[in-house]
Amino acid sequence: MSKSKSIKIDWAGYDPGIAYDEMIDRPGIARNAGRGLAEQLASLSARQLSQRQLSAENAILETGITFTVYSEGQNIDRAWPFDIVPRTLERTEWERTEAGLKQRLRALNHFIHDMYHEQRMVKEGRFPREILESSKNFLPACVGANPAHQVWANICGSDLVRDKDGTIYVLEDNLRVPSGVSYMLENRSITKQVFPELFARQKIQPVDDYPAELFNMLVSLSPRPGDDPEVVVLTPGIYNSAYFEHSYLARRMGAELVEGSDLVVGDDDCVYMRAIEGLTRVDVIYSRINATFLDPEVFEKESLLGVPGLIRSWRAGKVAIANAPGTGVADDKVVYIYVPDMIRFYLDEEPILPNVPTYQCADPESLPFVLDNLPELVVKPANESGGYGMLVGPQSNRDEQNEFREIIRKNPRNYVAQPVITLSTVPTVIDRKLEPRHVDLRPFVLQGENLYVTPGGLTRVALRRGSLVVNSSQGGGSKDTWVVG
Amino acid sequence: MLSRVAERVYWMSRYLERVESAARLVNVYGELLLDLPDDARLDWSVALQILGMEEAYRNDAGTEEELSFLLLSPDNIASVLNSLNFARENARTTRDIVPSEAWRAVNELHLYARDKLPSMVRRPGSRVPLKIIGRCQEITGILEGTMSHGPAYQFVCLGRSLERADMTSRMIDVAAAIMLTGREELELHSSTIWRAVLRSLSAYQMYRQYVRRRILGEDVIRFLLMDESFPRSIKCCIRSLEKSLQNLPRHENTAAPMNDVSRHLDSIDLDTATYETLHQFADELQVELADLHAAIFETWLNPMKVA
Repeated sequence: MSKSKSIKIDWAGYDPGIAYDEMIDRPGIARNAGRGLAEQLASLSARQLSQRQLSAENAILETGITFTVYSEGQNIDRAWPFDIVPRTLERTEWERTEAGLKQRLRALNHFIHDMYHEQRMVKEGRFPREILESSKNFLPACVGANPAHQVWANICGSDLVRDKDGTIYVLEDNLRVPSGVSYMLENRSITKQVFPELFARQKIQPVDDYPAELFNMLVSLSPRPGDDPEVVVLTPGIYNSAYFEHSYLARRMGAELVEGSDLVVGDDDCVYMRAIEGLTRVDVIYSRINATFLDPEVFEKESLLGVPGLIRSWRAGKVAIANAPGTGVADDKVVYIYVPDMIRFYLDEEPILPNVPTYQCADPESLPFVLDNLPELVVKPANESGGYGMLVGPQSNRDEQNEFREIIRKNPRNYVAQPVITLSTVPTVIDRKLEPRHVDLRPFVLQGENLYVTPGGLTRVALRRGSLVVNSSQGGGSKDTWVVG
Repeated sequence: MLSRVAERVYWMSRYLERVESAARLVNVYGELLLDLPDDARLDWSVALQILGMEEAYRNDAGTEEELSFLLLSPDNIASVLNSLNFARENARTTRDIVPSEAWRAVNELHLYARDKLPSMVRRPGSRVPLKIIGRCQEITGILEGTMSHGPAYQFVCLGRSLERADMTSRMIDVAAAIMLTGREELELHSSTIWRAVLRSLSAYQMYRQYVRRRILGEDVIRFLLMDESFPRSIKCCIRSLEKSLQNLPRHENTAAPMNDVSRHLDSIDLDTATYETLHQFADELQVELADLHAAIFETWLNPMKVA
């Protein structure tokens, strides 16, 4: 077989099967938002396409965009896996999604504040007490605290998926230390180098505002009035898998990147940074350390990552921490089930964005259904991230299912089940051709004094054919995301 | 600027200077031992003395040979290899601040040394010390040429100058101590020994250019202590320290110990000095340099007062 270097992309032959494709409506026909891109791609030969993919990969290597995977006891820095074909979204559809995301975060923050105060939603019977009590992430040390604007989750990464009928669902809300935003920014930067002509021809919403918006939100949390609060990014250090992002955001915001040992809490309960200028007061901490490692006085006594006395300072209102400790109470796949109820209870509104239908194994009515239908369901632990410890029914065999049934029976509270969503697809460069691959979307929502949502967000793509697992630690990649129009 | 970062950059610089000094010393010393007759009875223990390793050698070395202990023993915390490990670790954790070329050069130097130091032990006269010196100079050049001369760079200079002044004073100290023994054999070879001292501080050529006389102990010492233009003289190290301190915020606390060092240097009367007074002078100078380091530490690397 000779190599056909000049073959052009044949959209008529592109077949996403039953999945909803984000760019292509029917064979040969692009959706509105994807039309300009589809035409541009159709004008490229396989060789040109592959060259652009290669130049993107080189740019990533040169810029040193990496992520770290823990594997066999070692940290391995891998180059960020990126596909040059962006995922497109219609602006009017996006505006509705954005409103839904803001609504969701507002409700979640009401919930968290309520759980650390009167617990009205529980008392009024709209949220089960047993779920709160069995939540691993409810931190008693946070009861009664009053973060600025009563907002606990300042940064939220809500994962969105689109099913085969085109409906967008919220898959989960990542409220603790959601990551990926730096890759979103770098993806846009690389795409501008690969497809500069498209940015001139179409209106694509910019994403570069994020560091400025993040900084403004953090500033709005400062306990000291004035123009120049000291904002720092608190990182566990260079061995952390997301260190690249910590360092990146600190630099783009012009904030100092600190580790626990750089901070000290004074007798006045204020937080200070150990600097050559002397001890410098810190007003706002953007923490990328898990809450339970923040303060050895209160939480894990063995932790070397945190700052003794930090929680004392936070409770006294002398320092703001984003996201506030204790936020994790809402970062739980069982609590997720009640978010639509939270929207109704706290905001008196109907949810704009639906949850994925979710069954709780802890519910005696749902458990038999789940156990009987494992081959058709995705079963996940309530508290893990990264796609580990779950069962993807249709891709498992009888033995795996039986094993998993036993695991569920031992600890039903820890598991939830959802029907398999056939994730939407986006054309992806595979061996010089374009093939459909499944994607999800992680927009980032900020709340301080005001709310902000990134236009689009980070699109994660499962690079293996048919795979629905998009996490980078398990072989996923990512794409730029365009809100067009 | 974070104290932690200042501390890392300061120590990276000190360790690199230490490595360069050790390489110079070993380079010259090996030749010196070959030049001197057996009756001079000088051995590697003097080099250990200069580098402050003789006590550790007596306690921890077991049957290991001096040169091996000096260069690469894991039991010697001040060995050249360990110093490079620390320098590399400090460079690696300050990659956001220090030019990336410098990190790359430090990393490569570390790999090179790990690879080649064992052969240096086996083959005296190897070119490895010269290569190490060259790579250290490369790093110095990269930092001077591509690092903004802001606070971080001042700490690089402070570390280097302190270490350099300390090393020069040790060299003079030990040379004076040796000459103090009054042994005739050493007196006979006095100019050979003093030439070696100059060469191990890379001062020989400049000495000959600026001091056009035979190599006499007093002149060498005057040059190494007081010369206004030779960059490795203690006087020049002090100038560099003063300049860097003034470029840092809140340097008032370091003024007193800095003045002590400076005044002490100016206090010695080289016309009437004996080897004994020199030995004492060098000892005291080292203590004052240590006090200056302590002041640097308290002021910037471990601040206790609110800005």
